[in-house]
Amino acid sequence: MNTLHVNVVTPDGAAYEGDARMVIAKAATGELGILPKHVPMVTPLDVSVLKLRHEDGGRTLIAISGGFMEVRPDTVTILAETAELADKIDYDRASAAKVRAERRLQDTKLSEREFRRAELALKKAINRLSIRDMND
Amino acid sequence: MASLREIQTRITSTQSTKQITKAMNMVSASKLNRAQGNNANFKPYMDKLQEVISSIAGGTSGATHPMLQVRPVKRTGYIVITSDRGLAGGYNASVLRDVYRELKDKHTSTDEYRLYVIGKVGVQFFKSRNIPVYSAMTGLNDQPTFVEVAEIVKQTVGAFSESEIDELKLCYNSFISVISQEVKIQQLLPLGNIEQSASDIMYEYEPEEETILAALLPRYAEGLIYGALLDAKVSEHAARMTAMSNATDNADELIRGLKLKFNRARQAAITQEITEIVGGAAALE
Repeated sequence: MNTLHVNVVTPDGAAYEGDARMVIAKAATGELGILPKHVPMVTPLDVSVLKLRHEDGGRTLIAISGGFMEVRPDTVTILAETAELADKIDYDRASAAKVRAERRLQDTKLSEREFRRAELALKKAINRLSIRDMND
Repeated sequence: MASLREIQTRITSTQSTKQITKAMNMVSASKLNRAQGNNANFKPYMDKLQEVISSIAGGTSGATHPMLQVRPVKRTGYIVITSDRGLAGGYNASVLRDVYRELKDKHTSTDEYRLYVIGKVGVQFFKSRNIPVYSAMTGLNDQPTFVEVAEIVKQTVGAFSESEIDELKLCYNSFISVISQEVKIQQLLPLGNIEQSASDIMYEYEPEEETILAALLPRYAEGLIYGALLDAKVSEHAARMTAMSNATDNADELIRGLKLKFNRARQAAITQEITEIVGGAAALE
């Protein structure tokens, strides 16, 4: 058994299900590469791009916003608030969101909460856009 | 007796009303279907979350988190889920009646509670009774996504973490079947006893358990609220479907009665005419 079964689940349904040889995720403490037979583990994830390497050499990129990952020896489950496969991302919308968030951050009168929200929005937009560069 | 023409007009108008209610019934039926699909999609997420949380709770003795602790209640938060539109039978009325009673029974002043209302009908209800609505959300999609409701969900969970409210209750219609929905007033926070499962897997935690629990519990509470919202949506569509199918049946009945009346009136008119002719002929002889 040389592969991991990967499930990406969001509140709006399953975003991805398939097998991978390696899962690369950015946890809150740093980047992690998970191979089959990993020790069971639970860790929160950052707003980041999840990378799956497949047996045939291909790879899948998934933009996730936060959430966490549960690792078992033969399965990896990722629970995220949103998760989008590279080809399902609306880049125009992400660009617009980025511009909007940037403009918002220019505002010096923001409360701390509003600031954090805008910052998070910017982070998500940049994260989605970053997938396009990886694909090129 | 009403004139023939009057009856005819009523029949026509009832018929067009019936067409509308019938169409609304079918629209609700398809929405109900999709809402149930959403609910089914959401379940795996929640199940998984629950599984991980209970295994953390089971693995660590004395895991503590503010969300698990009961504290003296100074202020209660209520999330009231209603619909934006009416024509859904008793859907809104029943949940609002129960919430209203709960507010009157348990609280003496408006400082003791905070209302988070979803749906126009609820907002108007409280406004007309001079009950302050702390936060309102209207214009929610028929098939809400998690991102759309994240705002109100995070707001309520945040208010609890920051001790602005000391308990949080969810009030909504829970779906039982297409013809019956039940009003639920359910305590959400503090989470109380999370079922502990002595899972056979020992997880490693990265970083430590407390931090993970702190990250997961708000997610879990948010998930519960979102779940309730989906449930309420399913109920709403079911209630509307039933209401509209009843309305269609009523229209049928009305039309039948009117047709009978129409035929009687027509027959009476004919009889009268014949009598008049016969009477006229008899007078000539």
